[in-house]
Amino acid sequence: MRKLIGTLVIIITLYSACKPNGPATLPILGNRQPVIKTVNGKTVTDTVYSTIPDFKFVNQYADTITGKSLNGKIYVADFFFTTCPSICPVMHRNMLNVYKEFKADDNFRIISHTIDPKYDTVPVLKKYADKMGISGNTWWLLHGTKDETYQIAKNYLVSVQEKNPQGEYIHDGYFILVDKQKRLRGTYDGTDPAEITKLIADIKTLKAEPDEVVAK
Amino acid sequence: MRSGFIISIGLLLVALIASCQSDEQVEFNRYYSGGSVLYLAHCQNCHGEKGEGLQALIPPLTDSTYLKKNKASLACYLKNGLKGQITIAGRTFEGEMPVSDLSPLEMAKVLTYVTNSFGNKAGVVNLQQVQVDLQKCR
Repeated sequence: MRKLIGTLVIIITLYSACKPNGPATLPILGNRQPVIKTVNGKTVTDTVYSTIPDFKFVNQYADTITGKSLNGKIYVADFFFTTCPSICPVMHRNMLNVYKEFKADDNFRIISHTIDPKYDTVPVLKKYADKMGISGNTWWLLHGTKDETYQIAKNYLVSVQEKNPQGEYIHDGYFILVDKQKRLRGTYDGTDPAEITKLIADIKTLKAEPDEVVAK
Repeated sequence: MRSGFIISIGLLLVALIASCQSDEQVEFNRYYSGGSVLYLAHCQNCHGEKGEGLQALIPPLTDSTYLKKNKASLACYLKNGLKGQITIAGRTFEGEMPVSDLSPLEMAKVLTYVTNSFGNKAGVVNLQQVQVDLQKCR
């Protein structure tokens, strides 16, 4: 009898471990700090996650885009330049699928920072957008000074560098998913179609997270 | 013993039939398979896995008429890059294709691959042809 009860307990424990615990969520990336606060006279420990600081860039329509422009929006960021002969075409061929999937959603944006602001002026970015067949405000191509762009890249944990001896810019092809609280929620290799399928699925998961649904 | 004999006769027949491929076919296969590897490394990022190009930015490689008309210039496009306005499949493109560092043999292989993939069927582009074409680059 005792043996039977023991077996039952084990089975129940195993079964409950298998139950899905609530809706799926994405991890929060980047540095985090515990902050001790006093709420209603009680001491509680809260976690503060690293977020994308405010910025100011200009998009392909010559509109000023700041952190505020992305309030209440989930967005994907990447770094590119229009004359890039290596990984950019494949990155943006893939990004185009993300664009098509979410272009009807006004609470979603894609921002692509040029790392070659000298050549990629606003009219050059507009022409690139036209040729890519992107219109409206879903996908912004952002122009800023080299310092500002390289500085913001660090916040996305993306590496961009000055030209190498062959005269090529070095940058990695990552797409970064950012939530409405401006926290990093995922990084994806923009050159890999399988990672883009995951990115699209993750954006849908993120949009459904309770914190994201209520965030303005 | 008897079945072993029959199997060896069968194998011999298969080997004979396989070796019946013409020299041209062997040459084509050699260029084409080498070209597919080179395409992946040097061309696919821009022109795409299926030669589809990228929107209005990068032309597709599916316009057989254009490839046929400019067949003798294709090696030069690889060697010197391609700049200025071109019309492909009825659409205008004006970007710039960078210079490639392919050897003449590699050019022959990749051109054989491109002109016989994506719906194109132009036959082999061999090393001799590429060398002749390169002489005439402007």
